[in-house]
Amino acid sequence: MGDPLNAFITACDLPPLKEGRLSGLRIAVKDNISTAGVPTTCGSRILQGYVPPYDAFVVELLRAEGARIVGKTNMDEFGMGNTTENSGFGPTLNPIDPRRVSGGSSGGSGAAVAAGMADLALGSDTGGSIRCPAAFCGIAGHKPTYGRVSRFGLVAYANSLEQIGPLARSVQEIATLLQVLCRHDPRDSTCRNRPFDLVPTGEIRGVKIGIPEEFFGFGVDPRVAAVVYRAIERLEELGAEVIACSMPSMKYALAAYYTTCMSEASSNLARFDGVRYGLPVDHRPSWHEAFREVRKRGFGSEVKRRVMLGTFALSAGYYGRYYAKAQIARDLVREDFAQLFREVDLIAGPTMPTIAFRLGEKSDPLSSYLADILTVPANLAGIPAISIPCGEVEGMPVGLQLMGRHFQDELVVDAAYAYEQARGCER
Amino acid sequence: MRTVTEERGVIIGLEVHTQLSTASKLFCGCSTDYREDEPNTHVCPVCLGLPGSLPVINRRAVEYALKVAKALNCRVAEECEFARKNYFYPDLPKGFQITMYDRPIGTQGYVDIEGEDGEKRIGITRIHLEEDPGRLVHAGEGDRPKYTLVDYNRSGIPLLEIVTDPDLRSPKEARRFLNALRTTLEYLGVFEGDREGALRVDANISIEGQNRVEIKNISSYKGVEKALTFEITRQRGMMRRGLGIERETRHFMEARGITTSSRSKEVEHDYRYFPEPDLRPLRVRSWLDRIQLPEMPAARRERFMVQYGVSLTHARTLTGELRLAEFYEKVAHVDALLAATWVADTLLGELNYRDQSITALPPERFEALLRMLKSGAITDRGAVEILRRMLDAAARHEPIETPERIMKSLDLGRDNATDLMAMAAEVVSSNASAVSDYRSGKREALNFLVGQMMKRTRGKADPRELRRVLESILTSG
Repeated sequence: MGDPLNAFITACDLPPLKEGRLSGLRIAVKDNISTAGVPTTCGSRILQGYVPPYDAFVVELLRAEGARIVGKTNMDEFGMGNTTENSGFGPTLNPIDPRRVSGGSSGGSGAAVAAGMADLALGSDTGGSIRCPAAFCGIAGHKPTYGRVSRFGLVAYANSLEQIGPLARSVQEIATLLQVLCRHDPRDSTCRNRPFDLVPTGEIRGVKIGIPEEFFGFGVDPRVAAVVYRAIERLEELGAEVIACSMPSMKYALAAYYTTCMSEASSNLARFDGVRYGLPVDHRPSWHEAFREVRKRGFGSEVKRRVMLGTFALSAGYYGRYYAKAQIARDLVREDFAQLFREVDLIAGPTMPTIAFRLGEKSDPLSSYLADILTVPANLAGIPAISIPCGEVEGMPVGLQLMGRHFQDELVVDAAYAYEQARGCER
Repeated sequence: MRTVTEERGVIIGLEVHTQLSTASKLFCGCSTDYREDEPNTHVCPVCLGLPGSLPVINRRAVEYALKVAKALNCRVAEECEFARKNYFYPDLPKGFQITMYDRPIGTQGYVDIEGEDGEKRIGITRIHLEEDPGRLVHAGEGDRPKYTLVDYNRSGIPLLEIVTDPDLRSPKEARRFLNALRTTLEYLGVFEGDREGALRVDANISIEGQNRVEIKNISSYKGVEKALTFEITRQRGMMRRGLGIERETRHFMEARGITTSSRSKEVEHDYRYFPEPDLRPLRVRSWLDRIQLPEMPAARRERFMVQYGVSLTHARTLTGELRLAEFYEKVAHVDALLAATWVADTLLGELNYRDQSITALPPERFEALLRMLKSGAITDRGAVEILRRMLDAAARHEPIETPERIMKSLDLGRDNATDLMAMAAEVVSSNASAVSDYRSGKREALNFLVGQMMKRTRGKADPRELRRVLESILTSG
């Protein structure tokens, strides 16, 4: 199988263990999800040669439901990015326009599904990493409620924010995959026993949808905003009640998100020291020199930047000013959502402020971080969020984002299904 | 003259790491009993810190920690929470240790000990749970080993850290505190003192407002007393020469009984603690209320005095170690007071002399020995001899013969009364001058005659009985 988009880091063929709801489907798995016997690199050179001895829980679930795992997909190193350009294995190109990025960090999963190289894919979403490539590649992608899908076997970037979730060409398939993935796992203490129970109906009459004005500010391309507004009108025509609202804490969201994820990452990535697995280096000089050498050679520049900033944010004398303050801001975001969800059932807005970037366009890290503004709030609050295609700008897809209450992934998916059905009929 | 250890102005605080005796590790299902096994055979993705693995709290370990918190009279908050302590070291598989930081299991507890002047209360600052790292094994000798290997069998072993207030005033008090703590932990059934690495102590010591010195790496009870005594002598010596005490960390060299500076200027480590995101806070307050403590040492001591009528001293000794108390209760039915004396004085003395544990001797062997003593079948001296034979066999890992058998094989049985009468008559007739001395009022002469009898019985006879037999002949004849 050729891979002109560079969607895969490792091709594999893990056959199903038995027949089930996913029989006959080829599934691509993001390369930060552990697969026994198949290299799992997280898009990083530091994990060169590492082959997990165990399967992530979600991989066990897929294979037990008849799925065939066909490859491990490319990603920004450890999930740090929204373009897949931060991969140690080169960028993944956008299937619609190869001069553009596929989004990230689950860019390989997004491109593989959009290009038909896989029927479905798993991604992980720490601050938008499923929804961003879904939006940029014109497919559906869902970040489940925090605690709905086991993280056992997902190589941690920022534990308190991330979830594994599905990418697919249709919302129906997203629902099918969620039925398989949402299973209690005693090996993940943050995983709850909340099976996903929905056969999508597309019935959204009377559902109240909030539209926070902030989701249309913050550098959102007006053309993207216009496409999304039209999609929201569509939902209104289907019987939903649309309510304008506000989310004041949005101005803290990015800072809270980046401080938290970098802090957690600085600790999570400490284990990559070359002692037990990964990049081999000469340990003779002294152990700290060996550790330094492994990390210097193995990590890419964005990873180093985030580890250093996270280390700083957690250090004595700065903890209160950064990490602790970020948690306060995070609580404000949670409270804002809780407030809004007393009045509305769903919140809608664009997934990304723009269409897919051109390759190299986001070489300045700050401008790349700013592009996450609309996706990080759902991670900070732990609520479910889906991105579905809702139109085009310059021939590139635009994503509509729908967010819901904790553990109401079913309503989010059903509303997305309603929109998808209506749009399908229209086209 | 005051000894150095009793001088005033000494302030000591301890950080005690004890290994909880759970069957599995703190955050995974791996067995904790790796003693006889090859390195890296009790490991899994979790305790190896493989990418993607997640910790799951061992319920039993938390329950044990709460038992200790209750027994040490600690305050327990509504919730406690694990935190990450971040640092790099080759034995630390995740690059951080999961421990507790600002929300520990318990705070502000106390332990009562026998202090330098009577009963004394030692404050417990905090107790918390944490995981042990792996173990480094250096190949070759000296400062520059050829290479170092890591054994992760220890990685994830549950430790309970117990930190005292700076309330201890002498090495002896420190030792007594540790003994009291050990007894408490053993009574709770959460600790096996014999396991390798079961107890490790860091001691903080300062004298008369001088800088505080931390002594790390002390791994025995005796070691704590030795290290502190050495350190007081060293610091006093420095002060006498007008030198200041540097704030530093020192290591205790157990074999040489000295502390040495770890040389590297103690950099203030920044461990960047933050809440462990992979674990939820634990609601422990309500759990604590459901925890029942077993009978603790003080209660057992009282009961021994009431139930068995033993003295305070014996009760204290017998309850000072759980297994000793249990041993005593297994043999007390023969004769509670006889058993108390023989367990607390004789047996314990023999064990200490040989550095043996009470587990060396099966209680049924000792029970048989007590029966023989009670019935008069053997003398005290004979019983001690038999006891020694049994402990020697245990030390050689040989089967321990019954006391009856040992008695017969050594011919230690008390001679019967008619034999004694005959022997006494013989002694009387062949020591005429002593007999006439006795009859003329010199009572000491009887001792000489008893001695003669002892010689003939080769010590097997009870001197009191010999005296009785002799007296009966002398008065009748």
